[in-house]
Amino acid sequence: MEALLSKTALIYPIVGGILIGLASICLMLFNGRIAGISGILKGTLRFEKGNYLWRVTFVLGMVLAGILVLLVFPGYAVIEINRSLWAYAAAGLLVGLGTGMANGCTSGHGVCGVGRLSNRSVAITMSFTISGIITVWVINSVFGGMI
Amino acid sequence: MMLQAIASFFCGFVFTLGLAISGMTQPAKVVGFLDVLGNWDTTLVFVMASAVGVYYIAFQVITRRKIPILAPRFLIPTRTDLDFRSIAGGVMFGVGWGISGLCPGPVLATLGTGTSSVIVMMGFMLAGFYLSNIIGQPKK
Repeated sequence: MEALLSKTALIYPIVGGILIGLASICLMLFNGRIAGISGILKGTLRFEKGNYLWRVTFVLGMVLAGILVLLVFPGYAVIEINRSLWAYAAAGLLVGLGTGMANGCTSGHGVCGVGRLSNRSVAITMSFTISGIITVWVINSVFGGMI
Repeated sequence: MMLQAIASFFCGFVFTLGLAISGMTQPAKVVGFLDVLGNWDTTLVFVMASAVGVYYIAFQVITRRKIPILAPRFLIPTRTDLDFRSIAGGVMFGVGWGISGLCPGPVLATLGTGTSSVIVMMGFMLAGFYLSNIIGQPKK
């Protein structure tokens, strides 16, 4: 697990990224769907006949795999950063509302959209990446890394 | 329908394995990746690059098929317009991402750890999805 968190071991980011790409493209190959996590999850909030079960099983697969990884590597537990629960609440609301308005997040726009060379997805990916960079800068330099 | 659900389950499963191996499930690492103006941790650049690279190459091959293996058609987004709502949404998402170090995928991937921050994040994220249906609906 130590190696998993090592800053220098590039093999992990690359292998992990390849797996993310493969999982995403397989959803297109088998089901003809974009692997956008925010869209898939948002779709589970409202039942739609013939367009529901695959969303639930995708979410289930993601959560169960997380539990499996936790059992195999106990060190997988989230190492918390200097944020209050209020900050997480605000962040959750912003992520849900923002990805809902933008119709996608890091997976749907960042991986699938950019991977299809969609200008729209490239622009939205730039908007959330730049905004994330500015946010971290403000937290670190104005609030001393704690919020 | 059932086969699609099973395929989807495995895609979700592998997706989480990818997130976990790559380090995307560690908020500290994601915040480090976004800390471009400070102490930048570049490793997650390789996650995005390899994921996008695999998707780009495989997409060219796959779309030579007329239809997917288990579904009647490929559902590929056709929108090309850039509206204020999408960019504003992206900016809001980025703020939430920068605060928490978590985007929707890693929230699901770490839900099973039972960490209070992730549980709170998940609850408010679902509320945010609801809000997005009400606030700033696109003009038809």
